[in-house]
Amino acid sequence: MSPKTLYDKIWDAHVADVADDGTSLLYIDRHLVHEVTSPQAFEGLRLTGRTVRAPDKTIAVPDHNVPTTLDRANPATMTEESRIQVEALDKNAKDFGIHYYPVNDVRQGIVHIVGPEQGWTLPGMTVVCGDSHTATHGAFGALAHGIGTSEVEHVLATQTLIQKKSKNMKVEITGKLKPGVTAKDITLAVIGETGTAGGTGYVIEYCGEAIRDLSMEGRMTVCNMAIEGGARAGLIAPDEKTFDYVRGRPHAPKGAQWEQAMEWWKTLYSDDDAHWDKVVTLKGEEIAPVVTWGTSPEDVLPISAVVPAPESFKGGKVEAARRALDYMGLTPGQKLTDIQIDTVFIGSCTNGRIEDLRAAAAILKGKKVKDGMRAMVVPGSGLVRAQAEEEGIADIFKEAGFEWRMAGCSMCLAMNPDQLSEGERCASTSNRNFEGRQGYKGRTHLVSPAMAAAAAITGHLTDVRELMTDAEAVA
Amino acid sequence: MDKFETFTGVAAPMPLVNIDTDMIIPKEFLKTIKRTGLGVHAFDEMRYDRQGNEIPDFVLNQPAYRNASVLVAGDNFGCGSSREHAPWALADFGIKVVVSTSFADIFFNNCFKNGMLPIVLPQEQVDILMKDAEKGENARQTVDLEAQTITTSDGEVIPFEVDAFRKHCLLNGLDDIGLTMEKVSSIEAFEKQSAAARPWV
Ligand code: SF4
Repeated sequence: MSPKTLYDKIWDAHVADVADDGTSLLYIDRHLVHEVTSPQAFEGLRLTGRTVRAPDKTIAVPDHNVPTTLDRANPATMTEESRIQVEALDKNAKDFGIHYYPVNDVRQGIVHIVGPEQGWTLPGMTVVCGDSHTATHGAFGALAHGIGTSEVEHVLATQTLIQKKSKNMKVEITGKLKPGVTAKDITLAVIGETGTAGGTGYVIEYCGEAIRDLSMEGRMTVCNMAIEGGARAGLIAPDEKTFDYVRGRPHAPKGAQWEQAMEWWKTLYSDDDAHWDKVVTLKGEEIAPVVTWGTSPEDVLPISAVVPAPESFKGGKVEAARRALDYMGLTPGQKLTDIQIDTVFIGSCTNGRIEDLRAAAAILKGKKVKDGMRAMVVPGSGLVRAQAEEEGIADIFKEAGFEWRMAGCSMCLAMNPDQLSEGERCASTSNRNFEGRQGYKGRTHLVSPAMAAAAAITGHLTDVRELMTDAEAVA
Repeated sequence: MDKFETFTGVAAPMPLVNIDTDMIIPKEFLKTIKRTGLGVHAFDEMRYDRQGNEIPDFVLNQPAYRNASVLVAGDNFGCGSSREHAPWALADFGIKVVVSTSFADIFFNNCFKNGMLPIVLPQEQVDILMKDAEKGENARQTVDLEAQTITTSDGEVIPFEVDAFRKHCLLNGLDDIGLTMEKVSSIEAFEKQSAAARPWV
């Protein structure tokens, strides 16, 4: 047998039909659904008299629109339009008989956090969702990617997608990370290296010692932003950490089925001599804590750097950088650590898991949010929130002056009232710094949870390593 | 879906790189449960001020480009979110074709599902079309999908590549779901085999 990549193996196991030109029908094992990109798809089914082909493989949860305030059980906390959208999901889930975690269920949260948490996401699966950050699930060695609403309807009706195979790209992070450097820094550093279109046409497999050393949470952070690098999906081969994470989850296989699954899962890695269409290698020990300065996730620099001059770029990027600096209110040459921050947001499907909250809390412990700043934590799911409360992390946040919110997407995309105002500058653990993403004319700097915590304490972008104790710095 | 027919229309230049789907349709318009009516909000934050007045500088507000049906855009058009509201908004505005050196994957797919044609061309050709579009009113370009050509207002013919299956679907206005439904026996066979091989799924 010819050598295969992990992507090749998962792809081959899911092709239900293939035409002469390679156009394939890819069978979908898990379809995740949220309220924003699905109403038109369900409407389409109704109009054509179609049903959901595999309701037991379809899981819905409202997350984008839902308020994250403590009083959200009160419908008045939602705008009319948001309420209609969430109610449409309630109704569609019920009418079509799919799995559902409503807003008042403790398991509710961001769809990409709920899937793995409940054991829906398993190695070797195909996972899709009408959301670009579906790549997150690739951390389990699942082929996971975002789709548009027409494709949501297609998967609901047929449990398949019409696909052409992407190319294989390997991103290797060798060596060990330095203290204070996290999965978020890795994934941003990769995008800084490849650009936002560098992965277009590829499925990325992340590998190397620094990736192996990451927890499952960290791996999800890395894969989550594969889309910001333009890739269709990001993957990490499953290993003991993966199996340990999955074991015992509500929807993970049990008993004999677990054994049978493990037998297959252990074959899910790229063969030594597999063919790669593109290879990128970064040295783990050279990655520093990074921040973004502009309005594209590729606008990444180490925290020790200065704001770049537009002329230092080439082609269309010169104008884009000029526009970005104007939008962000920054001047070339300005030190990144001199940028004053108004707001800190910790949350999102990139960094809303328990380990992210632990990392931020470790920096915040015994400290206070700088006077006059707004700081909020929005756990990725109700269960993450509950766990953080149990571990005492919630208290650390609250004592430091953070708002302790309910689960949802919140200020990651600001569809609910959690928004930046004009000119407000935010250190955010989310994944997009686009113009207006977190609120009209809001300014976003993407950072890791630890870096967000550091900015909350000092009031400006800060190298988190300066706030770490000597013991932590050598750990 | 309507069939994609050869047309001649005004081309608007948008040389900015990395135009993302948040720019194409900001999130406040994602709360709709319909596919239609988003055209007035296409590029909302670039197109209107906070009071809802048009920003005269924005290309699609200029008299020459108000009826554009082709967009000639900078690299990596449509990056970001998977929101199909982006192509819905463009289509509703009247855009049928977007030309760029590269497109984000999901946006690219979404276009075809809505009868729109994204055309990928090398930088030099995009530059030719961009220059042509910048001429304004007279920059009417002709897109012939059957022949796979786009013709500038000066009559320069530029060929482009397109996936054969997607071309076929666009030209005939075929609905993907209907096509896939014809293969239901393959899907059933796959489900049977996979239930045996991977019963935990
Ligand atoms: S947290 Fe942000 S990126 Fe993730 S699903 Fe929600 S809106 Fe999308």
